[in-house]
Amino acid sequence: MDKFEKLTAIAAPMPLINIDTDMIIPKQFLKTIKRSGLGVSAFYEMRYDMDGNENPDFVLNQDAYRDASILVAGDNFGCGSSREHAPWALLDFGIKCVISTSFADIFFNNCFKNGILPIVVTPDQLAILMDDAQKGSNARMVVDLENQVVESSDGVQIPFDVDPHRKHCLLNGLDDIGLTMEKAGAIEAFETQMAEARPWV
Amino acid sequence: MAGRTLYDKIWDDHVAHQADDGTCLLYIDRHLVHEVTSPQAFEGLRMAGRPVAAPDKTIAVPDHNVPTTWDREDGIDNEESRIQVEALDKNAREFGVVYYPVNDIRQGIVHIVGPEQGWTLPGMTVVCGDSHTATHGAFGALAHGIGTSEVEHVLATQTLIQKKSKNMKVEITGKLAPGVTAKDITLSVIGATGTAGGTGYVIEYCGEAIRSLSMEGRMTVCNMAIEGGARAGLIAPDATTFAYCKGRPEAPKGDMWDTAQAYWETLFSDDDAHWDKVITIKGEDIAPVVTWGTSPEDVLPITASVPAPADFEGGKVDAAARSLDYMGLTPGTKLQDVKIDAVFIGSCTNGRIEDLREAAKIVEGKKIKDNVTTAIVVPGSGLVRLQAEEEGLADIFKAAGFEWRLAGCSMCLGMNPDQLGPEVRCASTSNRNFEGRQGRGSRTHLMSPAMAAAAAVAGKLTDVRDVK
Ligand code: SF4
Repeated sequence: MDKFEKLTAIAAPMPLINIDTDMIIPKQFLKTIKRSGLGVSAFYEMRYDMDGNENPDFVLNQDAYRDASILVAGDNFGCGSSREHAPWALLDFGIKCVISTSFADIFFNNCFKNGILPIVVTPDQLAILMDDAQKGSNARMVVDLENQVVESSDGVQIPFDVDPHRKHCLLNGLDDIGLTMEKAGAIEAFETQMAEARPWV
Repeated sequence: MAGRTLYDKIWDDHVAHQADDGTCLLYIDRHLVHEVTSPQAFEGLRMAGRPVAAPDKTIAVPDHNVPTTWDREDGIDNEESRIQVEALDKNAREFGVVYYPVNDIRQGIVHIVGPEQGWTLPGMTVVCGDSHTATHGAFGALAHGIGTSEVEHVLATQTLIQKKSKNMKVEITGKLAPGVTAKDITLSVIGATGTAGGTGYVIEYCGEAIRSLSMEGRMTVCNMAIEGGARAGLIAPDATTFAYCKGRPEAPKGDMWDTAQAYWETLFSDDDAHWDKVITIKGEDIAPVVTWGTSPEDVLPITASVPAPADFEGGKVDAAARSLDYMGLTPGTKLQDVKIDAVFIGSCTNGRIEDLREAAKIVEGKKIKDNVTTAIVVPGSGLVRLQAEEEGLADIFKAAGFEWRLAGCSMCLGMNPDQLGPEVRCASTSNRNFEGRQGRGSRTHLMSPAMAAAAAVAGKLTDVRDVK
């Protein structure tokens, strides 16, 4: 996993609420056995018409937002299935940070496992950032994970919370499995104790 | 010690390690695996040279991509689907996990196979790279969906990094009215709380109406906990649970059963346990419901009319307008006047034997209406199919004009060829009415098996209580 560096980037506005994982990456793209290559299919049904041509109204098809690395989205982003293809598709497109007033639980977890930072803000803060994102490619938002602050293009500073362990892993590009393996002793001890307490498991 | 909830108790019994910041390594008792969310995880193990930590606690079955037509022995036509199923086949054998291949009669939807084989038992932690893992909570097991990185983490370590969720109690009091089923309960709860109402919580469903449900009904309720945003849904185990589990192939036997049951009987929320959120709904107030929009929270009693965007507030106004446009519905239309083109009975929500019995009861001796051009019944597992055939249910469906299929996820999400075309309107017993879920541009109305059967016969959304 890549380290999450301080991000200065274009933010795309997606004011819709309940953007679900089927919208982020429809099922026909879940048939891959790889993690890469999903970016062109991100938001497929909103992004392309029935003949596969780009829908000019969709935000990521507009020249100003083709290189966006941040999404500013409506409430309950990422609801629906557990498909990690959703963050894989976003990352492959180039999105490294999603800002919303709330996220679905599994999607939120999946982001951190892939070096994407999901940021929860208040409705008022979201309104400020949504306006800022509407300004197009001239406006750059800054996401500073180290100091836990998002800065709009005109300098409004919005602090955010992040779990310390997850922050540490993102900043250092650490893989969870390696870290857990270091606790093999504790897991073995637990298994021994469990074999006594619940032998039928 | 202060009282604990059922969730607290299961959690406490599975913490293998706790870091200073409260992050826990939760030990996983059962890991269910299907072909869509696992290839990258197995590939990760292979690249790191890691084995599966507990292959005897890892159960794999292909379900999403498998064809449900009777010629599926001949193989899978779609190349990507075939590669994905072949990858599971290879990975399951190479890593030595428990495996039910496509041609095994026990194959079926992972959330139906686990309980049916007795892998899912009370008090366990159960995970799967699939959001509807919540289903297993019906047994009083802490069960939730995980992403592929977490699948790899569980495969490698048999643990999951977790922070504890909050406790939410959903109580359904009293009795259900005739014609009202578990599906109506679970949809009505989501209608009341919204799809984000459970975010950050584990829900425990309780109350008389829940207690009187069969295990099949309880699984339907917990299955959709995730549609309400909750990490998991739970129902405390009781005599109904034990009776269902006893004698299942993987359930404990003899003295071991008694030891296990003694432990299971301690699994309930204490009277003085702390709840962060409580919701109470009267069982009598729940009507047969359908969804009208593209979010599972878009629930209304079948007697209602299609709402207008102006009936909502905030971001929901635009969302409702978009939904209505997608669904091709006009505000004010009576839901019972909405004609349908297709019916799907199946999925991990409603693909169990009892669901098929309820639907068969409605269609028995009747024919599906002419305007319904697609009508399929897809049993949740090979064993459900066999049982339904033995009970004569398959014949009832076939005589009414339904296609009778082999087990799989099928038209719940159409990763296999079972898909609907644009603007095709479907009465479906599945769990998601998202845009494009059953096929690009297709329109899904969620409902109970009895309501879907009634819709098939009437050719439109119908109140099952009016079917004579
Ligand atoms: S039946 Fe539907 S919801 Fe259930 S596991 Fe299969 S695709 Fe998912």
